[in-house]
Amino acid sequence: MTNSTFSRRRLLQSASALGMAGLATGLWPGRPAHAKDLVIGFVYVGPRDDFGYNQAHAEGAAAVKKMAGVKVLEEENVPETVAVEKTMESMINLDGAALLFPTSFGYYNPHMVKEAAKYKDIRFEHCGGLWSDKDPKNAGSYFGYIDECQHLSGIVAGHTSKSGKLGFVAAKPIPQVLRNINAFTLGAKMANPNVTTQVIFTGDWSLPVKEAEATNSLINQGVDVITCHVDSPKVVVETAEKRGAMTCGYHANQSKLAPKGYLTGAEWNWEALYPKMVKMVMANETIPNLVRGGLKEEIVKTSPYGALVGEAARKQADDVKAKLMTGSYVIFKGPLKDNKGNAVIASGADHIQTDIWLEKMDWLMEGVLGSTT
Amino acid sequence: MTDVPLASAAGPKRLASEVIWRLRRSAEAAAVPVLALFVSLVLFGVFVAFNGVNPLDVYELMYRGAFGSWFSWQNTLTRAAPLLLTALCTALPAQLGLMVIGGEGALVIGGLAAAAAALPVQGAAPIVVQLTMIASGIVGGGAWIMLAGGLRHYRGVNETISSLLLVYIAIAILNHMVEGPLRDPTMLNTPSSPSIGDANTIGTMPGTDVHWGFAFGIAACVAAYVLVYHTVFGFAARTVGGNPRAALMVGLPVGRLILITCFIAGGAAGLAGAVEIAAVQEHANANLAVGYGYAGILVAFLARQNPLAAIPVSILVGGIAASGGLLQRRLGLPDATVQVLQALIFITLLASETLTGRLRWPFQTGVSRG
Repeated sequence: MTNSTFSRRRLLQSASALGMAGLATGLWPGRPAHAKDLVIGFVYVGPRDDFGYNQAHAEGAAAVKKMAGVKVLEEENVPETVAVEKTMESMINLDGAALLFPTSFGYYNPHMVKEAAKYKDIRFEHCGGLWSDKDPKNAGSYFGYIDECQHLSGIVAGHTSKSGKLGFVAAKPIPQVLRNINAFTLGAKMANPNVTTQVIFTGDWSLPVKEAEATNSLINQGVDVITCHVDSPKVVVETAEKRGAMTCGYHANQSKLAPKGYLTGAEWNWEALYPKMVKMVMANETIPNLVRGGLKEEIVKTSPYGALVGEAARKQADDVKAKLMTGSYVIFKGPLKDNKGNAVIASGADHIQTDIWLEKMDWLMEGVLGSTT
Repeated sequence: MTDVPLASAAGPKRLASEVIWRLRRSAEAAAVPVLALFVSLVLFGVFVAFNGVNPLDVYELMYRGAFGSWFSWQNTLTRAAPLLLTALCTALPAQLGLMVIGGEGALVIGGLAAAAAALPVQGAAPIVVQLTMIASGIVGGGAWIMLAGGLRHYRGVNETISSLLLVYIAIAILNHMVEGPLRDPTMLNTPSSPSIGDANTIGTMPGTDVHWGFAFGIAACVAAYVLVYHTVFGFAARTVGGNPRAALMVGLPVGRLILITCFIAGGAAGLAGAVEIAAVQEHANANLAVGYGYAGILVAFLARQNPLAAIPVSILVGGIAASGGLLQRRLGLPDATVQVLQALIFITLLASETLTGRLRWPFQTGVSRG
């Protein structure tokens, strides 16, 4: 008897839910966008709440949503295949998008380039800094020198670590990732010349199980501060917190996941960049095809310091940050050796952030335990 | 005259009931899946209603995103293209009673083989490069599934497990090749093989935005249908599927049938991989393994392993994928929504199998076929 009452109640609930939904549609005033609104599409390769790469972009999209005269479309989990081409076309053809942000690195070639050539009146902005002269003029690519923030994280980590052993969970040994590892280690060595950074490459951008294993294995080896470069640092940060280790975040702010051990983090500042770009498009200005910058240009930012970060660490990191903000600081300067003993930067040589040489990085510096092959 | 066909010998009345029975059987074969589809759409409506979204809005948007305009149709057909081919990778061995679920691996190997084969012939005429890529894709994918078939026949290894495990091996080989021997040194941050060259890409079909993979897929499905139902080879294969021991007893070359069928099946998925390189990606990289092979299993089951039925089912699944973006953008539904729908369709369809042969028809002729 109880059973049938229950199911009857459930039935009534569902029926009223359906009824309410029907009512709501009746009141729905068609498509809300005004004819004049600038329609902007954001495409993410993973879930937009991943505490990482995609969330950073979604936070940028959220900042754009607050602007007047825009309508923001978002689509998540779009693979780097013909699917992203069709998503962009669908946003243009069915929703009238005039500005698109396909945010994943692998969307650029051939997918976005193909679409930009096909839809010349639409503006395409890609994250990755890949635009070259051969590519369509209505396409653009932007990127940030996030190694500046990793450098600051390194300073904090070097000061805070008790064992002098730092850990880095990395996806692939590609230049961007190696640059982060080296910048982090350079920072840490400023705080404590004897620190080492143990690197584990997982092999891909999103392998939660391997990331957890790598984190555990680093902690088992005596590492007490861990940072990472994977699409979603969630697993690394949570695992470290559970084990009582400290972390420096990446991509977005993960302090919620590790209220105790989160020290600081290297974050993208798309909330600052995207509204600027949207304003330029609304004012009919042309966005440069290549946009790059670091802390100074507000393209990257750092997470607020956690409770465990001491005075000395804060002071040194803030000093370096202030110099980076004025553009008078060089992270990669000689003499510097790689971890095989070869000199990679000669004494007195400076490689400033815009130096293309840094984008071909294929070495790990002295003090990094790990190999690129 | 002893070999007069039974139907005409028994007179026109018997013939009429034979025709009615056949019509009824095909009507039933179509009615059960359509009914299951309808039920799953209703269930899906209840699901989205609980998410605070009007089901009628969802149906309308899905129709619009999948089939509502020429743009939507092209979107749907483009997404259906690889599924037509990967479905065959499951549907063809199924005729022999083999359950192969490793189409993803064959697709990856096919794509990798195509990208690698394009390199030495870069300078040749585009048609030569294209044919080389397609042939290498088919051979690569075919050999990959033939491996699973061979393990089954000669070593008694379960083909479901082996084909699935071969997927992981295929992806590992792909990663190794594009990060090592085949790596394009200019693509620093996305390990990929060198580009096949813009001139060598297989474009879209005339007057459409849909790449040639769709035409290849349709042709392959029709050819597979003819092979299975209208050739001696197909009859022999189905006999093996019905009863392998009996097939051996009557002297059918079971091993050869298994190897050849697996080769054709893998070749279809390998062709999908080659097309992915030649028409979409231009480089081999990790984006080859995005699940087309697994979606093909779904298509094959929904089509009840019938190659011809795989065509409408692929278009349906392609349409669901095509409309997914619109649901996300307009209604704020999560990406997983369309996966829920796919799963509902899959489950109701499998459950509906029990209805086969039990549907009551409006009129009965009294003919019973037991």
